[in-house]
Amino acid sequence: MSGAAIRNAAALFAGLFFGLGLAISQMVNPKKVLDFLDVSGHWDPSLLLVLGGAVAVTIIAFRFVLKRKGPLIDTKFHLPTATHIDRRLLVGSAIFGIGWGLAGYCPGPGIAALSSASIEALVFVAGMAAGSLIYLRLAVPRD
Amino acid sequence: MENFNPATALAGGVLIGTAATMLLALNGRIAGVSGIMHGVIWPHADDSAWRWLFLSGLVAGAGAWLWLAPPAFSARSGFPLPLAALAGMLVGFGTAQAGGCTSGHGVCGLGRLSVRSLAATLSFLAAGMISVFAARHVFGIAS
Repeated sequence: MSGAAIRNAAALFAGLFFGLGLAISQMVNPKKVLDFLDVSGHWDPSLLLVLGGAVAVTIIAFRFVLKRKGPLIDTKFHLPTATHIDRRLLVGSAIFGIGWGLAGYCPGPGIAALSSASIEALVFVAGMAAGSLIYLRLAVPRD
Repeated sequence: MENFNPATALAGGVLIGTAATMLLALNGRIAGVSGIMHGVIWPHADDSAWRWLFLSGLVAGAGAWLWLAPPAFSARSGFPLPLAALAGMLVGFGTAQAGGCTSGHGVCGLGRLSVRSLAATLSFLAAGMISVFAARHVFGIAS
């Protein structure tokens, strides 16, 4: 198998585990997510444990992974280089948060929820693709 | 608190963190779902196959679990589709602007000890909480 084929297989397996995690933790259920964000209602702290469990793994494992010269089946790490905190980051995250709170889906669970043939998830994901395209068209310079 | 599911929340979170570690250790990539999706709808040269496979894995992994262990929760029904579309557009636009979502900035960024990702995470969590408060308790949108 070529390097690209092995990387593609690895991406598929990582996606499978990720989707499995989203379903086991019930994050594909938008009501759970909204009940977490609804701090003034019947607060459900589950999402905090999902995020906490995930970050507990990455915060330890990433230290060892990133100590290496590169990943196992690619030539280099493809990491974001931006480190500054600016209005674009904060406003973009706030716009994302508003949408998240309206329907209870962020990108991962929204896409994973397509597996249950949910019409609202399909409409959400279509809207998400459109919203991303609008931003990318506005912001990415074209020649 | 009646719906709190600490054990499965934590287990799902650990799986998600493991999936993110796999993708970084093997392919050197950040498992940020919005970023992976943006690369598909705004494709770079020959870079989209692994992205499609990761996203397919996300759907298949969640679908496999929902099929093996049909959820106890009842799926939300009657959620207004225009609201799902609007929420999706805000999530797509905002995550493109902020360069990440709950997985890219949350799970992976916090794992890399990125202060930028911490700022993004606090911003979308705060906006999500305000959004849910407004939707549920001010405008009375049932969700």
